[in-house]
Amino acid sequence: MSEAVASNLDTPKSGLPGLVDDWTSDKQTYHVPWGKAMMWIFLVSDTFIFSCFLVGYMTVRMTTAEPWPLPTDVFALSLFGSDPIPLILIAIMTFILITSSGTMALAVNYGYRGDKRKTMYLMLATAALGASFVGMQAFEWTKLISEGVRPWENPWGAPQFGSVFFMVTGFHGLHVTGGVIYLAVVARKVAKGHYDKKGYEIVEIAGLYWHFVDLVWVFIFAFFYLW
Amino acid sequence: MAYVPLADQDKDHELHDPHTFITKYVWSQDHKVIAIQYGGTAICVGLVALVLSMMMRLQLGFPDSFTLIDPSSYYQAVTMHGMIMVVYLLTALFLGGFGNYLIPLMCGARDMVFPFLNMLSFWVYLLSVLILMSSFFVTGGPTGAGWTLYPPQTITPGTPGHDTGILLMLISLGVFIIAFTMGGLNYVTTVLQARAKGLTMMRLPLSVWGILVATILGLFAFPALLVSAIMMTFDLTLGTSFFMPAIMAAGEQLDYNGGSPILFQHLFWFFGHPEVYIVALPAFGLVSDVLSTHARKNIFGYRMMVWAIIAIGGLSFIVWAHHMYVSGMNPYFGFFFATTTLIIAVPTAMKVYNWVLTLWEGDIRLNTPMLFAIGFVFTFIHGGLTGLFLGNVVIDLPLSDTYFVVAHFHMVMGVSPVLVLFASLYHWYPKITGRMMNETLGKVHFWCTFLGTYAIYLPMHYLGFLGVPRRYYAMGSTDFIPESAQALNANITVAALFVAAVQILFFVNVFWSLRNGKPSGNNPWGATSLEWQTTETPPKHGNWGSDLPVVHRWAYDYSVPGYPQDFIPQNVPGDFGVSEDHDHETEMKEGPLAN
Repeated sequence: MSEAVASNLDTPKSGLPGLVDDWTSDKQTYHVPWGKAMMWIFLVSDTFIFSCFLVGYMTVRMTTAEPWPLPTDVFALSLFGSDPIPLILIAIMTFILITSSGTMALAVNYGYRGDKRKTMYLMLATAALGASFVGMQAFEWTKLISEGVRPWENPWGAPQFGSVFFMVTGFHGLHVTGGVIYLAVVARKVAKGHYDKKGYEIVEIAGLYWHFVDLVWVFIFAFFYLW
Repeated sequence: MAYVPLADQDKDHELHDPHTFITKYVWSQDHKVIAIQYGGTAICVGLVALVLSMMMRLQLGFPDSFTLIDPSSYYQAVTMHGMIMVVYLLTALFLGGFGNYLIPLMCGARDMVFPFLNMLSFWVYLLSVLILMSSFFVTGGPTGAGWTLYPPQTITPGTPGHDTGILLMLISLGVFIIAFTMGGLNYVTTVLQARAKGLTMMRLPLSVWGILVATILGLFAFPALLVSAIMMTFDLTLGTSFFMPAIMAAGEQLDYNGGSPILFQHLFWFFGHPEVYIVALPAFGLVSDVLSTHARKNIFGYRMMVWAIIAIGGLSFIVWAHHMYVSGMNPYFGFFFATTTLIIAVPTAMKVYNWVLTLWEGDIRLNTPMLFAIGFVFTFIHGGLTGLFLGNVVIDLPLSDTYFVVAHFHMVMGVSPVLVLFASLYHWYPKITGRMMNETLGKVHFWCTFLGTYAIYLPMHYLGFLGVPRRYYAMGSTDFIPESAQALNANITVAALFVAAVQILFFVNVFWSLRNGKPSGNNPWGATSLEWQTTETPPKHGNWGSDLPVVHRWAYDYSVPGYPQDFIPQNVPGDFGVSEDHDHETEMKEGPLAN
């Protein structure tokens, strides 16, 4: 028994020695639950999906011979009869999504403190913010479709504009929708005390996914709407 | 609440033993049953691909004698053969089959970390196979675009299956990727987080290392295929122009413009090249264990073998465009990718040297698994060397799209992994079923397969040098190809038919031995790794009974001087002789040598 290499997990070191300890330990590499390790690996894999989408988008934007429509004009919206304000809806959507990351972080904190009620409410708030994001995205899609944007054409220039727009925002929107459902399910289970025995890491795991979806949105925002 | 690792949890935690037939064998969450389901499905679909290849060979060998296939169905056969073999057979069998079976057993775990997800992975994989097979029965048949599915011809009229067939192929690939992701997340998490007490990463058998790194490659590479499949589906169904440039087909202007066909090639090969190693790395790992066990010697340079696997895995992501030298990309790319391609040969060659050095002065037992493993070293060296030819731009240009390429990749990622599959099936069959396979049948199977593959693929290299193009329905009469090339082609076909027929011996052996094989006992080969140390064979649900194993040494303590047996199982305590593990720094500080 003494021969087994001691697991150094009890006194984690930082920096390079810590890294070496993690990878030379027996039993487990990271001192985290299975679900959390698995979520991290999944997120790295998902990062590759979104990276491929964005690289594909940049490539077709460069290869297409027709001019790319101006995002400031396309994504402008009149509020209460004002002149069209560029990117106003996107700005609001981005603000909402980033706010939801804040409520999520609070939920994780209250989860670890064992405050089930606050955790549930904060997770539901996060889900509600996410749902309103998807709702606004549906509004944006409807508006663009009514203006004649289709995956295969649009009134202003390169047809790839519509293709990429619907594909990338749609794929991200599906992620947000999935996240809303995921959060709602976990929130319900939290309220029912499902995790009293197992621990509340699940809230953090759901949070990891949610922050990831937010982070991806920042990149989509930067590369698609601001470029 | 503090998190407790599996290996430290109470031993009397509940095990959910399945009781009904359905939960035991159909909707099973047991990794061993799932492995057999994965393996069985993969082999069945592989047989379809084998039959397709025989139809192609008959056409090529005797172009005027058979009316089995016309030019269209020839292309469909080429496409389906390639895609099935690479993705649905090899990837699924190595990772879904052997990965599922061996990871929990070799890591000393009771099962995968998320058994339900694991079960789901198999059923989704089965769905993807069914979708793929359904394309044989739709109007127009399966796609005939070649397994690389290059646009624009994939979806332009004139290509067989350019509407329904290709759509089903793309959907099937998407579903497969979902299945793979569910399985792959499980494999990686299990290896990282559910190892037995004492089983450090550097004590893992190389099989686990190979499967682990291959799975990570899959998780990072399949996204590119998924994205390109989604984009192509939109080009096909919605009329977007991601990959489609403005193009005329059959005299008509198609409604596409401004897309980039070369973008697809980049995305495809960003998946496609790591895919080669997704197939090869598990093979490298499995063959290392088979060679070491049957040579009764520790694997030579274990640590370097691990680093080579990791290095190959990393490098495999930056060599993809060596498949695209003739695609019209910037010539400077060719320089970069040729360089990285030659660099990746270094760790690969290191592994080959280490296999040979493992055999050196070993107490070699030439039984069937060992023969297949040694056969692999041969075919892999030959396939690898022709890879050096094709990796260089100037040599690749004239050889591109000839039979030389066909011979190269069949040697290196067709025959070689298949030989490892056979080695592994013969090697682990006793653990899976509790019975030995027939040695005589096995040896006949080996020699016919091994020599037969050379009879098939060596002449193909020559045809390639003559300039015989690949993917042609018939050569016809071309000035630069001598008449004798056709005779060679006929020879190849005969050899191929022979090799295909010989595989019947394997299936006879598998089913015959199931009932009539000699009972194997728990550890028939005298192997050290954990899967051979179970108290029952085949291992029952939960693998280890009440106590998880505790590991005291690396997986390669064979022929240790001063020990009564010529192997020391990993879970045997005590300090005997020398093992490479003992120069480990931590071991020196805290291990037995410090006492």
